[in-house]
Amino acid sequence: MSSPATTPAVVHRKRRGAEALLIALALAIVIFAFCAVGLGARGEVPGFVAGLAVLLVVIAVATHLVVRFVAPYADPVLVPLVVALNGLGIAMIYRLDLARLDSLGEEAKQFAGRQVMWTALGLLLFVAVLLVVRDHRKLQAYTYTFGLAALVLLILPLLPVVGRQINGARIWINIGGMSLQPGEFAKICLAIFFAGYLVVKRDALALAGRRFMGIDFPRGRDLGPILAAWLVSLGVLIFQRDLGSSLLFFGLFVVMLYVATERPGWLVVGTSLFLGGALFAATTFSHVQSRVDAWLSPFPVTDGTFQLTQGLYGMAWGGLLGRGLGEGNPYLTPFAYSDFIFASFAEELGLAGSMAILLMYGLIVERGLRIALLCRDAFGKLLATGLAVSFALQVFVVVGGITRIIPLTGLTTPFMSYGGSSILANWAIIALLLRISDQSRRPPPEAAPMQMDDATQVVKL
Amino acid sequence: MNRPIRVMSIVCLVLFTALLIGVNYIQFVDADTLNAKNGNRRVIDEEFARERGPILVGDRPIAESVPVDDQWKFQRRYPEAKLYADITGYFSYTYGRSGLEQSQNDILSGSDNRLFVNRVVDLIGSNQPRGGSVSVTINRRAQRAAAEGIDNLPGDAKGAVVALDPSTGAILAMTGSPTYNPNLLASHNLDEVAKAWKRLNADKDKPMLNRSTQQILPPGSTFKIITAAAAMEKLNLGPDSQVKGGRGLTAPGFGSYVLRNQGGGNCGGNRITLTQALEVSCNVTFGDLAMKVGQEDMARQADAFGFGARDLDQLPMNPSQFTSDPDVELEAPQLAQSGIGQYEVAATPLQMAMATGAIANGGALMKPYLVSTVRSPDLKTIETAKPEKIRDAISGSTAAGLSQMLVDVVENGTGGSAAIPGVEVGGKTGTAQSTADRPPYAWFVSFAPADDPKVAVAVVVESSSTGRDDISGGRLAGPIARSVMQAVLDR
Repeated sequence: MSSPATTPAVVHRKRRGAEALLIALALAIVIFAFCAVGLGARGEVPGFVAGLAVLLVVIAVATHLVVRFVAPYADPVLVPLVVALNGLGIAMIYRLDLARLDSLGEEAKQFAGRQVMWTALGLLLFVAVLLVVRDHRKLQAYTYTFGLAALVLLILPLLPVVGRQINGARIWINIGGMSLQPGEFAKICLAIFFAGYLVVKRDALALAGRRFMGIDFPRGRDLGPILAAWLVSLGVLIFQRDLGSSLLFFGLFVVMLYVATERPGWLVVGTSLFLGGALFAATTFSHVQSRVDAWLSPFPVTDGTFQLTQGLYGMAWGGLLGRGLGEGNPYLTPFAYSDFIFASFAEELGLAGSMAILLMYGLIVERGLRIALLCRDAFGKLLATGLAVSFALQVFVVVGGITRIIPLTGLTTPFMSYGGSSILANWAIIALLLRISDQSRRPPPEAAPMQMDDATQVVKL
Repeated sequence: MNRPIRVMSIVCLVLFTALLIGVNYIQFVDADTLNAKNGNRRVIDEEFARERGPILVGDRPIAESVPVDDQWKFQRRYPEAKLYADITGYFSYTYGRSGLEQSQNDILSGSDNRLFVNRVVDLIGSNQPRGGSVSVTINRRAQRAAAEGIDNLPGDAKGAVVALDPSTGAILAMTGSPTYNPNLLASHNLDEVAKAWKRLNADKDKPMLNRSTQQILPPGSTFKIITAAAAMEKLNLGPDSQVKGGRGLTAPGFGSYVLRNQGGGNCGGNRITLTQALEVSCNVTFGDLAMKVGQEDMARQADAFGFGARDLDQLPMNPSQFTSDPDVELEAPQLAQSGIGQYEVAATPLQMAMATGAIANGGALMKPYLVSTVRSPDLKTIETAKPEKIRDAISGSTAAGLSQMLVDVVENGTGGSAAIPGVEVGGKTGTAQSTADRPPYAWFVSFAPADDPKVAVAVVVESSSTGRDDISGGRLAGPIARSVMQAVLDR
């Protein structure tokens, strides 16, 4: 598994040209998607496409230039993937806006314009993170600051003045008329906090306790942190009624704990705690119970299973090749533009399209884990792993819920769902990954000898 | 730390593989099941907006899709709505489909596999896929004659008429009253549709019920043709065999009960021929014969004629019954009553037409069918109905004897109202008591011409003006049967 320490240093290429090419491809896909939406829903290419294309190219060139100068060695695949997903998401939101115009008339709420604005802000945040965080290792100095920030962000929605409960979940805050989900940002803060905390404590946490069935279990006295994370997750579930975030936070901690300590025992402990909590929640809380019931028996259709079954109908209706953008009926599913946007794509782009989207998400995760493998410092490794795995977990939880692999929980589909917090937070995550990637792929200074924390190797799956 | 990172990448791979399997299952494996779910609006919208193929009688549509200027682009229309409602059924956005609209949906909507090539061509030419057409076996004139016959009945009469070709099983007429207008349910004004639906379902006369195939009623004396058939097969009787007559039937197990003839007559003597027994519709004779044949063989004979089965598969059909539970042994008076089509015997008009047809057709029971030809949108014939024999219900000699006796019933007996000059007609009347507070059912079954049967008819009429005697079956139902036969025979 580990390569000998004498491996000659790999000099990574910058690959900024490849990135530019891929971004151009992604933009072409997005512009074609807008044209297809217009042709499908209205029989004509939308008038704003030319303007939109110019705008997109300007933004893309700007983004590319920023990366080229600020993080020249960063991974070249992430930005194109995210551009494609984000752009497709806006195209679908625009498509659903048109459907809403048809059914409700002029007063219909329109989301695409706001999503474009959020995307622009997301890009600004992306650039800002790249500019401010010139070296990700600096973040380690603020470990507990981020921990505190995460806690504050989680508690904010529960506070009386700013907190808002929307659709049963108390995960929103209202600032100046805008609704935000602080949980999305808490996710990043937690990943940084966990990484910083575990880098310091991992030696203690890796001490073996009892050995059982070939797995070293941790010592009882080291269970404190995982129990704390478990309780916080349960708190999110109980007080915020947010099943998805609860699962995501706990999963993130367990995975990072395992990666930090290299002890599979933590996975066993974490999984048992998770199963216990899930069983407890499923039998105690009605809002969890109803989700589980809907998951087990969606038919016959009731109010509780309506959204899930409409999503299933939509995906089945899409079939292998889909109805075509603008030509299906994704608007029949509630929240087709946010929670169920994946089902909307599956309906209009078919199995081919839904698998392509899943593969794009898979590639993002793969690039993230690859960055973790290449990274030379433990903090960066842990942070990159955490960010990549949280991304994977989030996609799994939301798409798995829509496809009835697991009970439905409310999480956003990264980059595609309508929603400002999600867009902002995910662009920030990509910026952090690029920063770590740039750091690890940059050739070491000539004078200093190689100080690799661990052997680097390309991941083979 | 690289080892656990690799493990996590495997875990992520597993998660994404699960998602890929999930979408493949929903969008490919399970897609047809999900598309077929009730209330799946995507499928309903799509089917509703398609140019659905017509249902034709001859070259005239009884159901067709015409272009309209609204979100669905096509409106289903039923030009002679009430006349053919039992056959076409309805095609409603809210309430789905019934009748041939339901059973022939794959062809009419164009989703049948045999229309695959057409669909591909439409796809390439970017035309909306169109549906194929379905031609039915109905004879326009016979259908009109049947409907007019029932409409002309006095007062609040309800009834049904089924006519079929005994040699093929092709259904020539099928109508019932009261019925409904399927245009009301096919309307695009969904509020009106909901109102009509509510009203039709609240109606105690059940206008949406297909009285020819779904409503089982006691067939009364018309069932004697089946009792006679069973006796001839089992007891080796012929038209001239001597059978029991007289004023009343008593037997061990009857107690104080006596099975009497209608009108209290003696059927012409204590020993009469089977022919005479059928001519005067002698209850004593057939009650006695049913007991001699026995419950098991009576039920077997009825089943041989199609009782207990749903032989018409293009419309919803309820099976007819000899007893409500075949495993319960009847007591002697019950068996005797069953022999004259009372007690628990209940049959659909279609079933009685099938049995009559089998007798006329040398004993061979043909599978009834409504669809003669199925064509693609470009009028290529996809399927033509092939007559199919279900079984020989009775032997050829029994059929010949029985057929001759039924001709006698029309020429000399209770069935005179169905006689057509110059044509040998066979027939049998029946009047079945239901409950004391409801009017009895008047039945008539017949076929013509006897030597080369072209049509078999069953008519049932429920009317408050029906007398409680056997003649009324002939008086009310017989003329309808005659006019339907005349329409088919063009006489």
